[in-house]
Amino acid sequence: MKIQIEAFGIAKDIFGKKHIEIRLQTGCSVLDLKETLMEKFPKFKALRSFAIAVNESYALDTDQLTETDKIVIIPPVSGG
Amino acid sequence: MNRIEIKLLQTDIDPLSSINFVSDERSGGLNVFIGNVRNHTQGAAVLKLEFEAYEPMAIKEMKKIAEEAIKRYDLNKISIQHRTGTLLPKETAVVIAVSSDHRDAAFRASRFCIDRLKETVPIWKKEFLENGAVWVSAHP
Repeated sequence: MKIQIEAFGIAKDIFGKKHIEIRLQTGCSVLDLKETLMEKFPKFKALRSFAIAVNESYALDTDQLTETDKIVIIPPVSGG
Repeated sequence: MNRIEIKLLQTDIDPLSSINFVSDERSGGLNVFIGNVRNHTQGAAVLKLEFEAYEPMAIKEMKKIAEEAIKRYDLNKISIQHRTGTLLPKETAVVIAVSSDHRDAAFRASRFCIDRLKETVPIWKKEFLENGAVWVSAHP
């Protein structure tokens, strides 16, 4: 399946753009996505951490993704 | 009665509007935390900051913090305002105002909210220094 990903902060710099499309196996998990990202974009490994938001909430590593999910990369936050 | 106010603004924050929102007849203690831009970090001069937010989720996460703070500290009202965009030193990035019957809960809730905000709300700050720009906290 193809998923669309939106990026903020340093994740946007790592991609060099705000939106990317990634091909993943159907039914893959959030952890699978994180591993794929670290493989394709090794700079993710250097971050303190990064989370995935699915449909505007933090997702668990075990959550399954679908093509219609709104997926956003959340690098370490630094508001306030 | 609406007890929670959450704002994500591209324009100046007015702290008084938060104070007005949380003021009511039963609240004897109000506490206001104001987070301003500092002109230095780890010995280097900071020229400006840029705040970027994943807006719909940032608002949801700030609302969750407000709900949790009301429950934990028995607050009467809470207002959280956060900026996006470019800010200069001395400008206000965040305001958190809380009200409770007595002052102790207000003091404690105020710290809880700003600490939690820095952990969970999807907002990112880029620091512009004399020799370049960095995303704050991105790397260990």
